[in-house]
Parts: sequence; structure tokens; C-alpha cells
Amino acid sequence: MSQYIGEPITRVDGHEKVTGQAKYAAEFNVPDLTYGVVVSSTITKGRITLLDTSKALAVNGVIEVFTHENRPRTAWFDISYKDQDSPPGSPFRPLYDNKIKYNGQPVALVVAETFELARFAAMLVHVEYEAEPCDTDLMKHLDTVRNPEPGLMNLMKPLPPKPRGDADKAFAEAPVQQSAQYIHGMQHHNPMEMFASTVEYGKNGFLTIYDKTQGVTNSLLYVTQAFNIPFNQVRVVSPYVGGAFGSGLRPQYQLFLAVMAARELKRSVRVSLTRQQMWSFGHRPATVQNVCLGTQADGTITAIIHEAKAATSQFEDYTEEVVNWTGKLYPTPNGALRYKLKSLDIYTPLDMRAPGGVTGLSAVECAVDELAYKLGMDPLEFRLKNYTERDWTEKDRPFSSKELRACFRQGAERFGWSGRNPEPRSMRKDHNLIGWGMATGIWDAAQVPARAEATLTVNGKLRVRSATADIGTGTYTIMTQIAADTLGMPIDDVVFRLGDTTMPAAPIEGGSWTASTVGSAVKSACDTLAKTLFRMAKRIPKSPFVGVGFDDVLFINGEIRLKRNPSARVSLLEVVNLNGGRAITETGTSIPNLVAHMKYSRNAHAAAFVEVQVDEDFGTVKVTRAISAVAAGRIINPRTARSQIIGGMVWGISHALQEESVMDHRYGRFMNHDLAEYHIPVCADIHEMDVVFVEENDTVVNPLGVKGVGEIGLVAMPAAIANAIFHATGKRIYELPIQLDKVM
Amino acid sequence: MHPFSYSRPTNVENAVQELAGPARAKFIAGGTNLLDLMKVNVEQPNQLIDINRLPLNTIDELDNGGLRLGALVTNADTAYHPLVEQRYPLLSQAILSAASAQLRNMATNGGNLFQRTRCYYFYDTAMPCNKRQSGHSDQSAGVGPAGCGALGGYNRIHAILGTEASDGTVHCIATHPSDMAVALTALDATIHITGPSGDRTLSIGNLHRLPGSEPQFDHTLRPDELVTAIELPPQGFSDHHIYLKLRDRSSYAFALVSVAVGLEMDGDVITDARLALGGVAHKPWRKPEAEQLLIGKTATKDHFQPVAEALLDGAVGYGHNTFKIDLAKRAILRALGLASQKSERAKEQKGE
Repeated sequence: MSQYIGEPITRVDGHEKVTGQAKYAAEFNVPDLTYGVVVSSTITKGRITLLDTSKALAVNGVIEVFTHENRPRTAWFDISYKDQDSPPGSPFRPLYDNKIKYNGQPVALVVAETFELARFAAMLVHVEYEAEPCDTDLMKHLDTVRNPEPGLMNLMKPLPPKPRGDADKAFAEAPVQQSAQYIHGMQHHNPMEMFASTVEYGKNGFLTIYDKTQGVTNSLLYVTQAFNIPFNQVRVVSPYVGGAFGSGLRPQYQLFLAVMAARELKRSVRVSLTRQQMWSFGHRPATVQNVCLGTQADGTITAIIHEAKAATSQFEDYTEEVVNWTGKLYPTPNGALRYKLKSLDIYTPLDMRAPGGVTGLSAVECAVDELAYKLGMDPLEFRLKNYTERDWTEKDRPFSSKELRACFRQGAERFGWSGRNPEPRSMRKDHNLIGWGMATGIWDAAQVPARAEATLTVNGKLRVRSATADIGTGTYTIMTQIAADTLGMPIDDVVFRLGDTTMPAAPIEGGSWTASTVGSAVKSACDTLAKTLFRMAKRIPKSPFVGVGFDDVLFINGEIRLKRNPSARVSLLEVVNLNGGRAITETGTSIPNLVAHMKYSRNAHAAAFVEVQVDEDFGTVKVTRAISAVAAGRIINPRTARSQIIGGMVWGISHALQEESVMDHRYGRFMNHDLAEYHIPVCADIHEMDVVFVEENDTVVNPLGVKGVGEIGLVAMPAAIANAIFHATGKRIYELPIQLDKVM
Repeated sequence: MHPFSYSRPTNVENAVQELAGPARAKFIAGGTNLLDLMKVNVEQPNQLIDINRLPLNTIDELDNGGLRLGALVTNADTAYHPLVEQRYPLLSQAILSAASAQLRNMATNGGNLFQRTRCYYFYDTAMPCNKRQSGHSDQSAGVGPAGCGALGGYNRIHAILGTEASDGTVHCIATHPSDMAVALTALDATIHITGPSGDRTLSIGNLHRLPGSEPQFDHTLRPDELVTAIELPPQGFSDHHIYLKLRDRSSYAFALVSVAVGLEMDGDVITDARLALGGVAHKPWRKPEAEQLLIGKTATKDHFQPVAEALLDGAVGYGHNTFKIDLAKRAILRALGLASQKSERAKEQKGE
């Protein structure tokens, strides 16, 4: 029965959020709380030569100042500081020693009875450094990049495949060639909510940690290992997250510092970061890409070379999937995809919405557009000519489903693409040149293992739990829908809870895999509960189900009914009553069907169509119209899914036109580290936007047939915008963000 | 953040007296800039004198046909005031192009004039900055290293005009961030000031200053003075005006370049002209001799170009901001063209 799945149910947590009842990590006001404020390094590389905390400690109300000199002993080995999203290398340890590895590194934590006192005393901590010259500029080191160290993360984010054919030779011999370099700088996630941890110090040192995270299980693992605390002495809670975009995939240093202080002081401690400190950990890395495409005269691709050079820290090898997408989208007998790293004096990069995907596609989808112009082909025709049903980066497997052609068709139709005059500068309105551009998007349809628990309560209601996260995406709502449909319950009788390590474990929430992963676990738990309830219903005196099999009944409207005789029924409440008035609980585990998965490449696809207006004197760009046609399997909730896609499209505008963390490489410090100067779109930047969900049935990806919509709305947008700017102005811009001075 | 004491005087005399008291006292009105600066330790006042209860919150018509804007009237109330909208739409446009609705509801006219630069280096006490070093004697905390980080650093939003001191050295390339002040400069407003030695007035053009070798001084107000009102002269350029603001996004961003233009026209011929630029210098940039080039001329691009050249004469780029020189010229041409067409409101009122 599918009464709720596929329906635009309003957010079940909406009321709590808009009325301020939804609590975030820094809002849990536990008794007797103390407050920690972080002092950040002002140099990039070198060592601390003097750390004088006496003035801070002299302030009445200051309890302690933690530094590398007085910090308590924590775990010895690197392995204890690894979390579920750690890249290969040696994780950063806060307050470990006097060495400074990046600008903004925490060097002290001031803990006081009030936040204001702690903030004041933090000013009084006197730090002297011996600075060494720092290297932070990727552009200066393009010749010394190297291969990344492979690691476990490459299971989810594979390194480039082996080359196919001889791409260099084929490119050199190709009658039509396109070659260009694409550059973008660093970006920081900057969710609305700053990172914070409130650590409640309970009886016998039991820690209840309210943390901003995309995975409570991950925070729990990190804390228990780094501090060598038994699992049963810690609980991590995170019911609401005010945005994360990947920044919560790894525990951030405020968690370590808050736990350290709470254990030492035997007091409850809260540590929140400032907006400026949101630039002091992971980010989207600066990346330089070279894309070479060669075709025959008719437009058939014969050579693809896509090479990316990205920055990482000196202590970990962060990698993302930048170049593989090119191979998944375009068939070629000769392909070479390369991904290289350069270690710099920065913090380790971190997955940021559509990591790698938006980077790679922003290059290759512009290259494809430029190539289509060289061939005199419509950019959409070019893509259809080089359409593939097989993925050469994964052993030429077919796709589990791929409705990209339908995305192209439906998106183009809705946009009016067929009426496009290909000539650049062919449309104008007053001072504005108008351009139309398009691009293709692709993202993984991933699934990982997860658990969930379903309980029929004594009141006959359904309560489902899993320790996943909802970072604003709609997890609460869609899990409620899946549970309600699976057990045939009215949606108002179903409650879904998440974000608590006392619940069955779920992985970190990211990679667009939560709908498929946790959704499948919720379905599994509810399916198991249904079978149990049916077994119990059969034992009711005068049960109408004697001699009846599970397949002969329906779960509908809080009842179990015989399919062939709906008047033969037992209410779920009766089942509970028969159970002595005790709730009935079952758990479910979802494990990806690896055997089926190995046979297919599994991806969501999209096509973005964009109209821009470019002021021909000033170079200001306005995205006046944008349409995304998305094939992402089954859409559980068109309302929350549309919202995800629109959010991704807005991010695409940001990535293309505005967003960049600018570093002064003389100092290795980010200069626009606040939301006044780190520009992301405001409402006035956003105009007409539309989303088309293309119907796509996929029986391979997971039992629900969902692919996830967290990143697919973003990946195609920047290239579509850059291509539209070319169509408007005749100018190709290879460096993002495309600010007015690059266009004018 | 540095601890501070707090007082809330109810009359102007007391407020001014309190300012002259212990070291590092500051007036606070809307607080939309000062509180940010306090949180990042750039400003470290020992005392905040909350002037929100002073009777400086009215907009009054003057006998000469001008308007007097109380220093404590909010930016929003000023921009939406019927007399301002009707007679000084240029000022309304400029105010409404700035900040966000929430900020404009808090920010006051007086405070707007004295907001500090948005230079990244000024805001970050870990970075060198000459402006942060010392203010009016002991008015400023003077934190962080000396030097100018923006010179040779990231200077996209920085000044291209009036940066050199008299000896040719450059100490600061910060800009004044106000949009309102640019419009007030084009309107030639008069600033009313009070202090221990009585009241005085100052032309808006003399309120802010160029950095020279003392970039710590944004303006010419004495440390014990308070602005009480802004007086707008009768001439409001309501028929021919524009505030054109160019920036990195459509709203909630400071001007890379802005142009305030007011024209008087007799048919196609310009009879009076005012032009002020924002985002290009340590103060709103105006050159009356450039304006003179327009008098008696028809409103055509040929006649605008020399004005743009004259206004940008001597402009110097520092790398990231070099594009502003060309952008400012283009903005001037566009703004003059737009202003020379009769404003929509003027057309409506005249039934055209």
C-alpha cells in the first residue's frame, strides 16, 4: 500500500522548528553549565613559544584555561582519533603540542562560569609564536602534485579508474580538439548553525553530549576512542541540525575540547564556535583541472583526458571524486582520468555538498559546451550523440536505470530550448545580454548498512527510531511516510525519532544516501514488526486469521484485514492488549544487495537549463530562469525533494557566481571570514526556478527504489550558468566564481 | 569582548558630558556596526553611552524648504518618510540599497555616517592595519600589528582614489562603506553637531576625510562631539536622480562602486549637476569641477565621458580592485544617462 509515499506531505518537524521548540546543540540548557571559548592561532605554520594564561585565569569567574601545556592525557595512537569520515593520514589533535599546522588552529580553551566572562578572558590569553614561512597557494605548486594515498574512504569515493586506450595519442590525432584549464578556490560550508557541543556531566561521570553532527554514532566513536571511555558511559544526542552540508561528517574540534574540559572539571561544559571559527576546519578544496576532449568531425568523442589537481593538508590525504564523472557520462575508446594532490599548510578539506561532483562537472560540462560550438552542434545534440548506456569507469557495466534522455527532453521542452539561436550575443534586452545554457548532472545512488527499530506502543501508535540525522533535508518526514505506509498506519499515529546513540545505529548522513539507507532500514524494521503483529493476531481468541498466511492480509488504517474479506479484521490496539498491554518492538537492518549492485553502475542524473542576463557594461550576472529535470528514482516526498533540488540549484548559482573563501597567501589566513563578505545568494539573487522529476523505476538500487536528491540539484547548475554566460556574451570564463570583473 | 559600563542619558548635554568623561567611551545608537566590532575586539570601549532616548528622532520641515533629519531617526523611517520619498528620492534609493530590512530598522542616520570601513584587515586583529592603531587620542584600543594588510593583499573592495598622503606614501586603502553618505554628499547636506563648546555645522563634504598619514581618523568630528541632525537643502533633484550601486550580489553587499547623481534639466540641457561616488575612497568622492563640465550640455554620452574621466582622474588600482577604475567610469555614464531621463515618480506627479 502506498498512501503516503510519493505524496507532498508537509514536514512533520515543521511546527517544532518554526515555533522554536526544536533544540539545537547549543540550546540544551543543562544545570550548572560552564562555557568554553576557543582561542585560535593567528599564524599558519610554526610553533608556540609562549602561552601566558595568567591574566585570563585572574578574571573572577574563569575556571580554567586549557592549553597544550596542561591538557589531560588522551589516547596515544592516531587510530583513536579517526572517525567514520577520516581520510588516510594522521588526524588533527586539538591542543596536542606547540606546533601550528594551519591558521585558526585552536591553541587554548578558556572555561568560565558565563559565556561573556569566557569570551573576555579569551582576549587576555597571550600567545607568542615563532612563525615559519607557509605554503598555502595551490597555483604555485601545480608541478609538484602527487598521487593520493588510497584509503577506506575510496570505497565510497573511488580514485580514478585505469586509463583506457591511448588518450594522449587519440587526442593529438583528433580532428576536433578542445582543451582548457578550469580553476576554483576554496569554499566553506557555513551552515546557519555554528558548531557547538553541550556536554552534560552526569552521575559517575556519565556524559550526555548534545552535538552538532551529521552522525551521532560517529561522535560517540570518536569521543570514546580519543578519551578511552567505555561506550556505556557516553550518549550523544542531536535531534536537530541547523544545516551542515558535509561539515558535520567529521567531529569538529569543539567536541573534543568540550568533552576534555567536562571530564577534567567534572562540570557540564558548552563550547560553541564563532562564525569566524567556522573557517578553521574542513572546506571544499581549491582545485585546478585540465580537460582535453577530442572528437571525430561528426562529434563522436574519441579522446577524454581529465586531470584534477587539488589541495589537501600536510597531515591527511583528503580525496574526492572529481574526474570519474566524465567517464560515467561520456563514452570513449581512449580515456585518461587523473587526480592528484598537493599538501599545503591548510586544514584537511572535507566533503561539501556534491563534493568532487560539482567540481568536475563544472569543468567538463563547460568543455563539452565549448566543443559543441567548435563542431557547430547544439550542445544538447552533442550530448545525445555521445550518450552512453554503459559506464567504462566501472568495467563497462550498464546503469541500474538512467533516464537522462528523458531529463534532457522534458527539461528542454519546459525551458523552450528548441527556440534557442545558438549565436552568442543574439538576444538582448536594454543593457542586458541574454544567454541560455545547459549542462548535465550526475551523482551516486549509494546505499550503506543501517539499523532501525519499530515499536507498536501501548496506545496502538507506531514509533520508529534510528540514530541518523536530519540536517534540514526532510529525513523526519520521509521516514514517517515510509513507516506509515509499511504498517498501514494513519501518518498522525506515526512518530519517527533520530539523532540519539541509544537508538539503533545508522551511518553518517551524507552522500545523498540517507533516504535509501535509513529508509530501507525503517522499511525492514516495519516489515518485521508487521510479521510479528500478524503472528500475534493469529493467536487472538476467535482470530479471523487462523490458517491464513501473511500474504493474505493487508495492513491498513491501523488494522490487519483479510484481503479477500475486509470485514475480517483485527486492530493493532487489540494485538497490543493481547500482549498484556506491553509495547511490541522489532528491529531491522538494511544491507545493500552487493551481488546485484556489482552488476550495475548506480547513479542519479539531471539536466539543468538556465537563462542569464548579463549587463554588458558592468558584467553583473542575473540567473533569471532555471529548470532542473531530475531522474533520481522514486521520489518519496515531492515537496521535500523539490526543496532539496531548489536548494541545490541556489547553491549552484552561489558556486558559479559568488562563493569563495579568499586567503591572503602571505599569511595563510582567510580574509572574508564572515557572512557579510563571504557571499552566497540572497533572495534578490533568486528568480524563476522549476524542478521536473522524471519518472524512473529502479529495482536494483534498494528496496525502495530511491536514489537520493541531496546533491543532484547542484552539480549541473554552475556549468549551465557559465555556458549561458558564454551564449550571452561570447566570453568563456574558466575561473569560478564568475564575478563581474571577470565578465565586464 | 572587553567589559564595559553602560549609561542611558535622556538629554544631549548629559550625553556629551559623559563622552568627555573616562577614557574610551562610545555612543551607541542602533549598534549595528559597533557591536560587531566589539565582538571581534576591534573596538574595546570601557563605556557605552546609549543615546537612543535623546530627543533627536524627528524629521522636520524647515522654513527654507529643506528638511532636518534627526540623528536618531532610523534609516528605514527616513527612507520611507513621505517627505523624503517625495523631495529626496535619491536619498531613499541610497538608503534602501544598503544592508537589509532588519539592519535598516535598527541603524540610525547618525550612526550610518560613522560606521567603520569593511576592510577585511581592519576587522581582523591578527592582521596588520594602520587604521586600527590609534584613534582620537585614547578613543580606540589600538589592537593588532601596524601596517596595511590590504596593500599587496586581498583588496577587491578597496579604494582607488585619494589614497596617497601628501608625501606620496600610502598608509591605508580602506573605503567608507555608507550608501546614505554618498547620496547626502550629492545632495550637499549639512551636518549639525553639538559639543561642550556649543553647536556648529559642517558640510557633509568636510565630515569625512582622506586617510593621508593618519588613517585612524575616519572623520573630522572632535572626540567630544555628537551629531544631532542632518539638514537637507531645498534642492532635492526629485525629477532627475539615480543611485546606482554595483556589487557582488543583488542585495546585502557593500558597493564595489556606487554613483549618486542629481541633475536639473531644462529640456535636454543640464542646468545643474551633482555627482558623488561610493566604494572608491575613504570618503564619498565628489569633484565640483567635474560637475561643471555638464552645465549647459545636452545629456549625451559624449558629454558624460569627460565627467567620468575627470572624476576618476588620478585613480590607482592595487591589484584586485583595479577593475573598479573602469567600472566606476562605466557606472557614471550609465547613471548620468538614467538620471537625465525623468524619474518615474516625477512623471506620475506631473501626469505624464
